[in-house]
Amino acid sequence: MERTTLDLWVGIFIAAGIGAILVLALKVGNMSSLDGSNSYQVYAYFDNIGGLKPRAPIKSAGVVVGRVARIEFDAKQYRAKVTFDLDRKYQFSKDSTASILTSGLLGEQYVGLETGAEDDMLKAGDTIQFTQSAVVLEKLIGQLMFNKAGSGNHK
Amino acid sequence: MLDRLANWLRKIGHSAIEGIWRLGYAGKFMLLTLLGSGSSFTRIGLVVRELYYTGVRSLVIIIVSGLFVGMVLGLQGYETLQRYGASSSLGVMVALALVRELGPVVAALLFASRAGSAITAEIGLMKATEQLSAMEMMAVDPISRVVAPRFWSGVISMPLLAAIFNAMGIFGGYLIGVVLIGLDEGSYWSQTHAGVDFRYDILNGIIKSFVFGIAVSAIAVFEGYDSPPTAEGVSGATTRTVVTSSLVILFLDFILTSFMFRGV
Amino acid sequence: MQSENFLEVKDLNFTYDTRPILKGINMTIPRGKVVAIMGGSGCGKTTLLRLIGGQLKPSRGHVKFDGRIIHELSRRELYETRRKMGMLFQFGALFTDLSVFDNVAFQMREHTDLPESVIRDLVLMKLHAVGLRGARDLMPNELSGGMARRVALARTIALDPMLIMYDEPFTGLDPISLGVIGNLIRKLNDALGATSIVVTHDVLESFQIVDYVYFVSEGAIVAHGTPEELQKSTVPFVHQFIHGEIDGPVPFHYPAADYPEDLALESGNA
Repeated sequence: MERTTLDLWVGIFIAAGIGAILVLALKVGNMSSLDGSNSYQVYAYFDNIGGLKPRAPIKSAGVVVGRVARIEFDAKQYRAKVTFDLDRKYQFSKDSTASILTSGLLGEQYVGLETGAEDDMLKAGDTIQFTQSAVVLEKLIGQLMFNKAGSGNHK
Repeated sequence: MLDRLANWLRKIGHSAIEGIWRLGYAGKFMLLTLLGSGSSFTRIGLVVRELYYTGVRSLVIIIVSGLFVGMVLGLQGYETLQRYGASSSLGVMVALALVRELGPVVAALLFASRAGSAITAEIGLMKATEQLSAMEMMAVDPISRVVAPRFWSGVISMPLLAAIFNAMGIFGGYLIGVVLIGLDEGSYWSQTHAGVDFRYDILNGIIKSFVFGIAVSAIAVFEGYDSPPTAEGVSGATTRTVVTSSLVILFLDFILTSFMFRGV
Repeated sequence: MQSENFLEVKDLNFTYDTRPILKGINMTIPRGKVVAIMGGSGCGKTTLLRLIGGQLKPSRGHVKFDGRIIHELSRRELYETRRKMGMLFQFGALFTDLSVFDNVAFQMREHTDLPESVIRDLVLMKLHAVGLRGARDLMPNELSGGMARRVALARTIALDPMLIMYDEPFTGLDPISLGVIGNLIRKLNDALGATSIVVTHDVLESFQIVDYVYFVSEGAIVAHGTPEELQKSTVPFVHQFIHGEIDGPVPFHYPAADYPEDLALESGNA
């Protein structure tokens, strides 16, 4: 089969298309949604997750180390069961603490993960024992007012 | 009065049956196209030739429109975002809008009116001038020789065109945001990079454009093959291709979006 | 062998929607002959060709080609059989996106694995036969009507078919091209040892080249015979057709109400 300029143009077109996809993938997007082979899953139970959403980042020392995979309601414990997808590169001790934090005053919520002192590391399927729920603004204000009133009486 | 009502009902019923008939015929035609696709892959030259007409010939309009859509998004987005002091998020906004929605949808609409109509007109004219009949008499199946390569070239070009559209649009947004308005280039890109997920946003966008490609190509080849073999017939079929494709694209977009991006 | 009936059409009926197009056509075409099917416009001649080519299925009756009934063939067998047929369409039906050379080479490339050098030689031979070897690089839109018809003819005979069908080969040609095509039909038929069916309404040209003529009117055969016999025919339709008379069995007026009545010239209304 002879080669023609038509083939050349089609080649250019396909190369441009694939190039565009690559640009989008590398320059614009990030591959952070870890697929099964690069991540392991651990669970954590929270009393209140506030406004946490699936795919929210999990940060340790401010660096993204994973993403929230699923959020479910555990009907036995009446708590929220959150599944974390953690990057296989990073290991955390068994007594790590997971807390739900807010970036800025009104920003999105994320999970902060602080490693503990134990030598044993979290494995896939483990549950993080120490959790700190989201701060709910209304509750905080309520508590503040209650405390103020209490301290006033004692005076 | 009653007569007129009965007549009216009869007309509606008639066109409903006609529509279902046509749908069945279209389904049968698609099946034949898929069954006749073997030669499109064994003789790749046939598809390459059509890729030139559907893909390469659509490049200019895709590149130019992508650039302008991106620049408009940049201007409008900046206008709104800066009110909330979030102008550094311009990159994310432009990229997400393009990758998730505007890229696949606008590229598909352009593709339908540029390449889809051309496919319909070409097949329709081949039918009107008895070229398809002649092919059949030469023991060559027109569905596998003419229809299938055009269908597959459309299916292949659409995601590529949408990706090019997206890349051009993001470049257009960059031109406005960074070059014209003077946002910080580093934070523009890093925000974009952090905010756009490959699998969730980009891959879903590519899947969308792939689905649109199948829909537009199928409609275009069917309308062409089904067009009455007259001048009015072919022109009517060409118009129908553009109208039906556009509606189907928007409808499918709604369905796909509600599946892909459900309140997460 | 010579007298064997190569193509046999028996009691062929075809109905489109509910409108009967062909009503009980019978004809036998011996091997090696050139046969004309004549009739007015819209009498079902083209439909007949499509039935022979298996593009349509008859409502009743059958077409037997080389001993096999066309509409009972499977799709594969039908395509096999069609390789032995060639059909020249009314306006040539050349592939407008291919050059003259590629048009003629089309079937060879589709159906054979011949090397390109052999295909080249074959194509040039076919083009030479129709006198257009020099036009091989032109595109169909650069050809005149007569030339396009000749290229289409070269394409039709590309694989040396046993049966060649011509659908109105003379329509829209000037007298010179008309003579050229007529000549080619006869010469190619004899050179290839093929059998030809010419559907036409051109009496003068076809009577010079054909061996036998069938006259079709309103979906039925009204007369048949050799050109000489038909020249002397007294069948009113044939007489009218051959001599181009305005009124006769084929009326000048489309069926309508009485003329004066239509114009409301009745004494009462006037």
